[in-house]
Amino acid sequence: MNFDFSDDQKLLQKTAREYLSEHAPLSLCRAVLESAAPYSETLWQGVAQMGWLGTAIPEEYGGAGFGRLELAVLAEEVGRALAPIPFSSSIYLAAEALLLAGSPAQKQTYLPKLASGEWAATFAHAEQPGECGAAAITTKFAGGKLTGSKVPVLDGAAARFAVVTATGNTGVVLALVDLTATGVERTAVRSIDPSRSLAGIRFNAAPAELLGDVGAGWSTVQAVLDRAAVLMAFEQLGGAERAFEITREYCLSRYAFGRPIASFQALKHRLADLYVEIELARSNAYYGAWALSNDRPELAVAACGARAAASEAFELASAEMIQLHGGVGYTWEFDCHLFYRRAKLLGVALGSAHHWREQLMERLGA
Amino acid sequence: MDFNDTSEEAAFRAEARAWLEANAERLKAGERAPGLAEGRADQELIQRSQQWQAKKADAGWACITWPKEYGGRGASAIQSVIWNQEESHYKIPPNIFGIGQGMLGPTIMVHGSSEQKQRYLRPMLRGDEIWCQLFSEPGAGSDLGGLRTSAVREGDQWVINGQKIWTTGAQYCRWGMILCRTDPGAEKHKGITYFIVDMKSPGIDIRPIKQINGLSGFNEVFFTDVRVSDDNRVGAVNEGWRGALTTLMNERHSIGGGAGGPDFGDLLQLAKETLWEGRPAFADSAVRQRLARFYIRLKGLQYTGYRTQTALSRGAIPGPESSIGKLVGAPLRQEMASFAVDLQGAAGVAMDGAASADDGLWQLMYLATPGLRLAGGTDEILRNIIAERVLGLPPEIRADKGMAFKDVPTGPKNT
Ligand SMILES: Cc1cc2nc3c(=O)[nH]c(=O)nc-3n(C[C@H](O)[C@H](O)[C@H](O)COP(=O)(O)OP(=O)(O)OC[C@H]3O[C@@H](n4cnc5c(N)ncnc54)[C@H](O)[C@@H]3O)c2cc1C
Repeated sequence: MNFDFSDDQKLLQKTAREYLSEHAPLSLCRAVLESAAPYSETLWQGVAQMGWLGTAIPEEYGGAGFGRLELAVLAEEVGRALAPIPFSSSIYLAAEALLLAGSPAQKQTYLPKLASGEWAATFAHAEQPGECGAAAITTKFAGGKLTGSKVPVLDGAAARFAVVTATGNTGVVLALVDLTATGVERTAVRSIDPSRSLAGIRFNAAPAELLGDVGAGWSTVQAVLDRAAVLMAFEQLGGAERAFEITREYCLSRYAFGRPIASFQALKHRLADLYVEIELARSNAYYGAWALSNDRPELAVAACGARAAASEAFELASAEMIQLHGGVGYTWEFDCHLFYRRAKLLGVALGSAHHWREQLMERLGA
Repeated sequence: MDFNDTSEEAAFRAEARAWLEANAERLKAGERAPGLAEGRADQELIQRSQQWQAKKADAGWACITWPKEYGGRGASAIQSVIWNQEESHYKIPPNIFGIGQGMLGPTIMVHGSSEQKQRYLRPMLRGDEIWCQLFSEPGAGSDLGGLRTSAVREGDQWVINGQKIWTTGAQYCRWGMILCRTDPGAEKHKGITYFIVDMKSPGIDIRPIKQINGLSGFNEVFFTDVRVSDDNRVGAVNEGWRGALTTLMNERHSIGGGAGGPDFGDLLQLAKETLWEGRPAFADSAVRQRLARFYIRLKGLQYTGYRTQTALSRGAIPGPESSIGKLVGAPLRQEMASFAVDLQGAAGVAMDGAASADDGLWQLMYLATPGLRLAGGTDEILRNIIAERVLGLPPEIRADKGMAFKDVPTGPKNT
């Protein structure tokens, strides 16, 4: 047993952190948030050049052919930086869906474009408020055409193509759609975190192709979500840790009643509790990473734990961040809100913590 | 990152399993070995525990992480996880040697004289002699440095007077390690000396205290002119606090959250079997959410332990991070027990096996877990440790800083 990343993986982490601290300071996230741009094209290209997008994509499809552990390391760093790029949508969701269910031709067409950063992609699933299981899907796939509407779609404006959940005549299917094709209509949707844009996408008999076998259905969707959940958990963990570090520093430097506020026991205990929550989330994420990278049957359960713990840890860390900063924490100028927004955006992107706990019980209770 | 055994680990596991299989009775599905909370430490149980410990020791399976020179195997932290995993599948008596083997033995290894190591460690490992920790006093718990039990030197002996309290196992222990005040004129942490004391010495009066669970695991221990030879002093005069820190560090590391008793699998089963208005409680979403939270925290704790073991096997020393285990584990088990009682509705308060589910074990656990949150450092003290020693936040303001111990204000005043 060995429950840690390897020295090579730690080196990758160090390089990534250095790169992002130079090329993705929090001011970059803020710049995208305050502009109309859906993401930072410069950072996206930079990250592509670093080879991160193709980390877990096999060499034959233009990737680096590393494993999911390397991808998890990068996800955490992307999370720490609140990087305003469609990394999760393109890599944890679209690329993973292709790797899991794509035909050789589909992989050949799409994966090299993702690995090189030429195309961003997204996963279009939600259609209306509420948790979206198989029954909530009304978008139809028939005869190579897709009809229906998906909203909100994370990174929908940045994406060149989408993996879309739909119902075909055999039940739930995944479809691949070129978002520049005729019959696709995109509209911007205001986001709780404009550093990651949302879109509504309407498909009017848009040309689409099946991703995966005809009868594979909901289990494929679930498998894609499980894989993304683990990787997303690392991104959330990164965000939580950074929020925690900034908060700790602030508490040490801010004085009240003649003392650093970090010397008040009420605050010390809250910071201790927050640290503990983040450590527990990290441990659950590690287990998920192990299950994912080894294609273990434990993934179904591990993904739930990793995802629910990380969602809660990030949200807690970002809310405590504002609280412990006091009034300045609630200003636009301070960075706290960037974390608070991102925590919620990531926290519901693949279904809420509540939903993943329900999934967990489903799987443990069976 | 790998959860599976390496080939050496697999070989070690197989070896452990083979020995256990030949020497112990495997638990049947759904069966549980008696934990300390439910089995009182009576003479019969103590004997069974000692027999099991001796058997392990003779075969080289006792205190496996101890160095070979003291009778251990010099095993790695991960091997000890493997051993514990394997041992937990067998019907063996509860371990009543933890305070000695997990905390006091390691202290003697660091601070003891070579004679002390020679004399005490082997019988401790074998379970022939059981040990207790005489730290807490009525006026000194969390603030352990405030202890008042005195030791005064007379030639090559020390004379101890005072009172200790909450001493687990004092009634059946052969030896105790005690912290005494040897210089009341010094600052409080600077006038303490650490001794090994024979619990059979004249002048020691042990009075069991009844706990809220009705058992008497811990005791008051009164010292009246108890004599200890200077040979049994551990470390230098007035420098006992250093040894105490070693003990406390090992305490946090060895206690963890483990309480024995029913676990998550039992709780899940209970939720499935207990009917709420004719439907399994498990069908209720609030129940499922609560269970899921328990599960995720327990797993987080377990995997955090694995991360620690990984670090330890790479040569790290146990640090204040290990406070997480008890800080999370103790209240979590208290909540689980409370929830298990709630699930049973009105019957939840019945302590008879026949009237309540799971033989009343959840009720016992409900009564035992508040103690778990106090023993070995309270939740609040553990948070202070994490805040100060892991996160580097400023220490608590000390009103007694720089004061001679005899001038430090105390309370409540005895009436
Ligand atoms: C089951 C059990 C077994 C035990 N076994 C042993 C044993 O074998 N040997 C032994 O020596 N002792 C033993 N103890 C004693 C145990 O270590 C103490 O009870 C514990 O350290 C708390 O001390 P106290 O009881 O004096 O409470 P106090 O220290 O008086 O604490 C009262 C309350 O004040 C809080 N508090 C105190 N100081 C602070 C602070 N600085 N910041 C915030 N909050 C604070 C505490 O958290 C607690 O909530 C045992 C206790 C129990 C319950």
